[in-house]
Amino acid sequence: MKHTRKVNRRDFLKTGGVFVVGVSLFGCGKEKIPGVTRSLPGGAWSPDVFVSFDAEGTAHIISHRSEMGQGIRTGLPAILADEMEADWERVVVVQSTGDAKYGNQNTDGSWSVRGFMQRMREAGATVRHMLEQSAAQQWGVDAAECSASLHTVVHQPSGRVLDFKDLVAGAAELPVPGLELLSFKSPEQFRYIGKPLQIVDMHDMTHGTAQYGADTRLPGMKFAAIARPPVVFGKVKSFNAEKTLAVSGVEQVVELPAAEPPAMFKALGGIAVIASNSWAALKGRDLLSIEWDDGPNADYDSAEYQQALLETVRQEGTKVRDEGNLDEALASAASTLQAEYYAPHLAHATMEPPACVASVTADFCEIWAPSQDPQSLIPMAEAVTGLTPDQIRVNVTLLGGAFGRKSKCDFAEEAVFLSKQTGSPVLVQWSREDDIRHDYYHSVSAQHLTAGLDADGAVTSWRHRLAYPSIMSTFDPAVKEAVAFELGLGALNLPYDIPNLRIETGVAESKVRIGWLRSVCNIFQSFAVNSFSDELAHVRGVDPLQNLLELIGPDRTLDFTSVGLEETENYPFETARLRQVTELVASKADWGRSLPPGHGLGIAAQKSFLSYVAAVVEVAVEADGSWRVPRVDIAIDCGQYINPDRVRAQQEGSVIFGLSLARDSEITASNGRIDQGNFNDHRIMRISMTPDTRVHLVESSKPPAGVGEPGVPPIAPAIANAIFAATGKRFRELPLGRKLNLG
Amino acid sequence: MIKLTINGQAREYDGEGDMPLLWFLRDLLTLTGTKYGCGKGLCGACTVHLDGQAIRSCSVPMSSLDGASITTIEGLGSGGDHPVQIAWAKHNVPQCGYCQSGQIMQAASLLAQNPNPDDQQIDDAMGGVICRCGTYQRIRAAIKSAAGGTS
Repeated sequence: MKHTRKVNRRDFLKTGGVFVVGVSLFGCGKEKIPGVTRSLPGGAWSPDVFVSFDAEGTAHIISHRSEMGQGIRTGLPAILADEMEADWERVVVVQSTGDAKYGNQNTDGSWSVRGFMQRMREAGATVRHMLEQSAAQQWGVDAAECSASLHTVVHQPSGRVLDFKDLVAGAAELPVPGLELLSFKSPEQFRYIGKPLQIVDMHDMTHGTAQYGADTRLPGMKFAAIARPPVVFGKVKSFNAEKTLAVSGVEQVVELPAAEPPAMFKALGGIAVIASNSWAALKGRDLLSIEWDDGPNADYDSAEYQQALLETVRQEGTKVRDEGNLDEALASAASTLQAEYYAPHLAHATMEPPACVASVTADFCEIWAPSQDPQSLIPMAEAVTGLTPDQIRVNVTLLGGAFGRKSKCDFAEEAVFLSKQTGSPVLVQWSREDDIRHDYYHSVSAQHLTAGLDADGAVTSWRHRLAYPSIMSTFDPAVKEAVAFELGLGALNLPYDIPNLRIETGVAESKVRIGWLRSVCNIFQSFAVNSFSDELAHVRGVDPLQNLLELIGPDRTLDFTSVGLEETENYPFETARLRQVTELVASKADWGRSLPPGHGLGIAAQKSFLSYVAAVVEVAVEADGSWRVPRVDIAIDCGQYINPDRVRAQQEGSVIFGLSLARDSEITASNGRIDQGNFNDHRIMRISMTPDTRVHLVESSKPPAGVGEPGVPPIAPAIANAIFAATGKRFRELPLGRKLNLG
Repeated sequence: MIKLTINGQAREYDGEGDMPLLWFLRDLLTLTGTKYGCGKGLCGACTVHLDGQAIRSCSVPMSSLDGASITTIEGLGSGGDHPVQIAWAKHNVPQCGYCQSGQIMQAASLLAQNPNPDDQQIDDAMGGVICRCGTYQRIRAAIKSAAGGTS
């Protein structure tokens, strides 16, 4: 039963063999948190893989997670620096290469702080312990009398002080202590954790010196643009490059092998144009004359598919959660309500389109990639080049946005392949059209909800039918229904206190590559669940806030392991926290405040990535149906946080991301080809639509949880609910569009 | 032969006239601070100044630039700390940072022409520069802050 598979996004690659032979090719192996090892590269003192000191006493702290705007290159090193009592002014953050010695580097799923906070603290505490020992030796005193403070160690009884710089040599002679010997700071001693800290890349990002995927320049480097099959698994039948080769600067064309199913993270194939600059490559690419064999996906028409998907969810599906007696409860209900929701494919549309530089020689392969998962590039490069892992180095540049797109290494494979073929370093530059048309798309979805109410208006039954192509289809085409880890993002883990409850899935075939996009299935599952809840409020004649709190019900801890969801240690589903963020945001937003005519408030709440988020949105709808969002209040309980400024920034960004997909963004297909290609037809928010966004952060000592993704899911439903409050019209299909049909 | 000035330095170009300025900057001069985002003037990531005016370098062919004076993010401000750059840091604007060269160049151009823009004027001027991370609220605040600092 696929629905009982225990898998989450982070884990499925390492357990890939469960799903499909060969997924492990791109997996990162069994996750292991690296132990403390002692090594002295180049004379520097490095008591731990994550930190070293140079002769000036500057601490070089490794960021092994990829920076894509979430601030992790600042956040994790700050934890380590805090625990070792470093002066942040004397810390240099060094981006790691892709290397198994750092443990898992797959930066997705909003778990970097959760996964590595303790590891960073252990590294920091190790260094502090050893520097204190070193000072004690120099002074000939008891180490217990010595304590580190802001890049120095102080001998408390005498007040003597030594700088870290003067302690490094002695510390390097000491044994690395076992974890049991370490002491950890108490929260009130934190110097950086929990306080706003400017990102380490600020100067580079504001002065044009930050290095992204297309910014590496190597001697003799060539520039490549690729014509890829317009339909997934299409092939080149024949091509003519005469006009291309006549373009000044074009040097050669190279055919890439076509990808065979399953899609995984494979390069799509096509014809590459190699040139002395990007313009010649792009221009030459557009002059190629190619006859394609479109293959089996040429029949994909998203408008027809939408109707088929909606028809699917009108039928009984596979029961994946079934509590009470749903059929009986619905049959005996005093009244019932049903509604259908639909949401389209979405593209990631990172401002930086995929780009990668590779340099392959007979005995070495070096890659510069904006990759969320650099370790996954190593087996890819092994397969393409025949080299061994010790002959492959993956450098991680900054990621100009990622949102899940750049955890796939298809674009890096192209660069490696072309460098090997041409014998030169190659930069593969995707155009915006390439990016929009060859994405791993967020899944299209249809959902059908039915609720039964008793004579008093209490909700006694809830049936949620869903159909959408699974992300797992990208790895195993045989998967034709949503799997547990997807359903667990807001449907299977429904926290409502309803006695009769059933969740069913239907068949949905994939016709494009499906991937994860910021908050993944929460986007559409939260849209349907929170919209339907609001519909129930109006049927019940209950205020939407009150209705939502009643559905969440009395405080309790929920366990979804019986329906196939993995339990995450120390992170139970606590409905009290969902209730609290809902109450907090309602209070901060002055829920029920008086509004001008045409304005309305909507509310939605969602737990995702182990954080609890609720939002209140104000919309303003004009008589002609045009609309805007003057204000958004968003409250997040993400447990203990590291950098409140970045947590706020991520919520501000999530509001814009949610607004984009609620209002404008949509990917459709005709004859297997994606209809959109650039920002004129795959539209995302511009500054003029920006609401007055107010972020309300819950102070919490609970374990750290997700930050980058959880702000997105409540936005679209809160908007739709606000539009209903403003107009009395319910909109159940995304995107809502720039002009609502109020007729 | 096209002769132009980039960040105060005399430069020459004798290639195909249809090459957009963006690729001359990035690939021939290795001034990679100016970013490619769409190639069609739709996103503003490639914004630079032409004689002080913000332009989309992806859509301006080299053939039109004989005698032009271009400023890129690398050449903004005398010491590299233009009031807009200072305000950007003060308000912690960037997330991924990729669009920020374009945002900063557009904002600097706006303030050069209108030292105290109101919200509507900011939205009008900045509307062509997309930020997928959604840093717009801080961009507005930073522009107002830079305006205060320069007025």
